[in-house]
Amino acid sequence: MSATQVTDVDIPEAGDTGGLGKALRDYFIRVKGGEVGSLPAVAGLIVLIALFSILQGGTFFTALNFANLINQGTAVIVLAMGLVFVLLLGEIDLSAGFAAGTAAAVLAVGLTKYGLPWPLALIACLLTGLVIGLIIGLLVARLGIPSFVVTLAAFLGLQGVMLLIIGEGGTIGIQNDFLLAIMNRNMPVWTGWLLWLLVILGYAFVTFRAIRARKAAGLSGSSASVWAAKVVSLAILLGVGVYLLNGERQIVRAGKQSCVIMGPPNEPVGCIPILQGVPWAVLVVLLLLVGLTFLLSRTSFGRHVYAVGGNTEAARRAGIKVSSIKITCFMICSTLAAVAGVLLASRDNSVSPTTGGAQTLLFAVGAAVIGGTSLFGGRGRVVDAIVGGLVVAVIANGLPLITSQSGIQYVVTGGVLLVAASVDALSRRRSSASGR
Amino acid sequence: MTNPAPILELRGVNKSFGAVHVLRGVDFNAYPGQVSALVGDNGAGKSTLIKGVAGIHSFDSGEYLFEGSPANVHAPRQANALGIEVVYQDLALCDNLDVVHNMFLGREEKQGVILDEITMERRAKETLAGLSVRTLKSVRQQVSSLSGGQRQTVAIARAVLWNSKLVILDEPTAALGVAQTEQVLKLVRRLADNGLAVILISHNMNDVFEVADNIACLYLGMMAAQVHTKDVTHGQVVELITSGRSGDIGLQPEILANGAVA
Ligand SMILES: Nc1ncnc2c1ncn2[C@@H]1O[C@H](COP(=O)(O)OP(=O)(O)O)[C@@H](O)[C@H]1O
Ligand SMILES: [Mg+2]
Repeated sequence: MSATQVTDVDIPEAGDTGGLGKALRDYFIRVKGGEVGSLPAVAGLIVLIALFSILQGGTFFTALNFANLINQGTAVIVLAMGLVFVLLLGEIDLSAGFAAGTAAAVLAVGLTKYGLPWPLALIACLLTGLVIGLIIGLLVARLGIPSFVVTLAAFLGLQGVMLLIIGEGGTIGIQNDFLLAIMNRNMPVWTGWLLWLLVILGYAFVTFRAIRARKAAGLSGSSASVWAAKVVSLAILLGVGVYLLNGERQIVRAGKQSCVIMGPPNEPVGCIPILQGVPWAVLVVLLLLVGLTFLLSRTSFGRHVYAVGGNTEAARRAGIKVSSIKITCFMICSTLAAVAGVLLASRDNSVSPTTGGAQTLLFAVGAAVIGGTSLFGGRGRVVDAIVGGLVVAVIANGLPLITSQSGIQYVVTGGVLLVAASVDALSRRRSSASGR
Repeated sequence: MTNPAPILELRGVNKSFGAVHVLRGVDFNAYPGQVSALVGDNGAGKSTLIKGVAGIHSFDSGEYLFEGSPANVHAPRQANALGIEVVYQDLALCDNLDVVHNMFLGREEKQGVILDEITMERRAKETLAGLSVRTLKSVRQQVSSLSGGQRQTVAIARAVLWNSKLVILDEPTAALGVAQTEQVLKLVRRLADNGLAVILISHNMNDVFEVADNIACLYLGMMAAQVHTKDVTHGQVVELITSGRSGDIGLQPEILANGAVA
C-alpha cells in the first residue's frame, strides 16, 4: 500500500478482472446462475415504452407524459423502497398503504385543525409512521405473529384510524406552499442539469475511489473500461430524462381547453404558464435512493438485514440480534410510507379517506417485486423499487392512452406482477440448483 | 508418544435433562496440534458434550479447564472469547451472501460506520491461503453457488478466522461425496498441523482413522476411553462404541452393569 503501488487504473495487474467483454461474460454467467436482479424489469421497461410509443403514436413519449409518469409513480416508488426492507427479511407489510394515509391525515389535521407550522406537522407525520412500524415490528419479532396477519390487521385498523382522524367523509385540503411544491413544482432548467452533473460526478468519483482502493490493496476490481462504460451509460440515461423533463410541457386537464401558445401576431392567447424542469419530487427520490442504498450495502445493519433474510438461524448464531433487525426494518418501512403519504397529500393537494388506499399498496409491492426484490427474502435493492415503480407507472399511464377499458389495466398489472413473481421463484430454484 | 499439555480438559462432567442423566462423569481432553475424534452411538451424548464446551448449555457439575485454568463458560460468547469455535452440522451459512460476508458475519470489520470490505476480503483470502484452500474460484462468489465441500471449507475458514485455539467440527463430512470428503479431511488435518486443537465428531471410522491423533469413545453418556489412534484397531473402536469395552480398555464390567440399569 505504499505510494508506488498506487497505479493508474488503466494498467492491468495480476488481479485485474479484465475489460468490458469479460465483465459482460461474468454478468451473463451470474444471470444464468439465477442472479437476475433487475434485468427483467429493465428489459420490460424498455419493451413497454417502445410498445406504447408505437401503439400510441406520439403522445406517450413526450415531455408532458414523462412528467405525468413521475407524478403518478413517485409515491408508489417511495412506498416500494420501504417495502424492500421488509421483503428482504422475507416478511410483508400489507398496511403500508394505509400507514401512508394515516400519516398524511396526521399531517393534514396538524396543519389545519391544530395550526402547526409545517415542519412540526411533518415531524408528527413521520413519527406516526415510525410508531406504526414499531408496533408492527414488536408484534412480529417479539410475539412471533406472522407479518401477514399483523399487517392485515393493521391494514383494517389503520383505515379506521384514518377515518377517525379525518372525520367521516371529509377531505382536508393542504395549503402549505412548501408541501405543495414537492409534487407540483419543478426545478429551474439549470438546476436540473446541475443535479444531473452532481449525480454523475458523485457516482464516478465514489466508484473510481473504490476501484482505486481495491487496486492499492492488491485486490481485483473492475477495469477502467467497465467503470467508464457504467458512468457513460448512467450519464446518457439520466441525461435523456433531464432533457425530456426540461422540455416545455403544459398541463391539459380534463374540462380545460388545450391551449394554443402563440397567436398569429405573436401574442400569447389565454395560455396556462409553460411548465418545464425536473419535478422536485425527483430530488426526494434521489436522496432516499442514495441514503437507503448506503444503509443497505455499506453498513453492518444492512449486511445483517440480508443475513436475516437469507438464513435467520445462521444470523442468530453469528450473534446478530434478529428481532431488533426485524423491528428496525418495519420501522423504516412505515416511516417511508409516511414520506409517501406526504407525497400523496402534496400531489392531490388534500388528504381524504382514500389516500393511500385502493391499489396503492398492491402497486408498491408489485413495484418492488417487479424490480427484482425477492418475495422469499434475502435478495433485493432499493433501486429495484425505482425500476419496478417505473414499470408500474408506465403501465398505468400507457394503457389508458390505447384503451379506455380500465379493467384491462388491472389485468395487465396483475399479470406483470405474476410474471415477476415467477421470475423470482424460478431464479431462486436456479440459484439453489447451481450450487451443490 | 506423550501428549502436549491439553488446551481443554474436562473432568467428571455431568449433565442431565430433567430425569435423563445424559453425561455421567465424563473426562475428555483436547490437545493443541492434534485432532481428537469424538465417537459414539446415536444418543451417546456427543452433541450434549460439545454444546457444554461451546457454552450453549452449561454442565451440571465437573471441572472445565481451558489452558490449564478453570474457565467459566455459560454462553457461546464466553466460549468464543476463549478462542473456541464450533462448525455445526448444518453449517449455518447465508446462501445470499458471498464468502467474505459469511466469514465475517456478525463480526464485520468497519471504518467508522462503513464496512471495510477491503480489509475483510484480504483477511479472508489470507485465512484461506493459510489453510491452502485453492478450490474457491473467488471469495466474492455467493455461497449459493458453492458445492457442499466448498461450503464446509468456508464454514471452517470462518471458525479459524478469529485466532481460535480450539475448533469443534460436528460431522463435517456426513453430507459429502468421496472427493469432497477427502478435501475436507485434508483441511481438518491442516488445522491441527497449524497448531490448533481440533475436535472432530464423526460416525465414519475411515475418516477418524485417517485424520485423528486420538479417539474418545462415548458410551451411554460415559467416556469409555480416550486412546491414541495408533494404539487401537477399527474393530476395537467399533467395540468400544457398541459395548463400552474392548479387551482390557474401556469401562469396567461392574460400571457397565450399573450404567445399563440406570
Ligand atoms: N435438550 C434436551 N432435552 C432433553 N434430552 C436431551 C436434550 N438434548 C439431548 N437429549 C438427550 O440426551 C441424549 C444424548 O443426546 P446427544 O448428545 O444429542 O447424542 P449424540 O449427539 O451422541 O447422538 C439423548 O438421549 C437425547 O435424547
Ligand atoms: Mg448429535
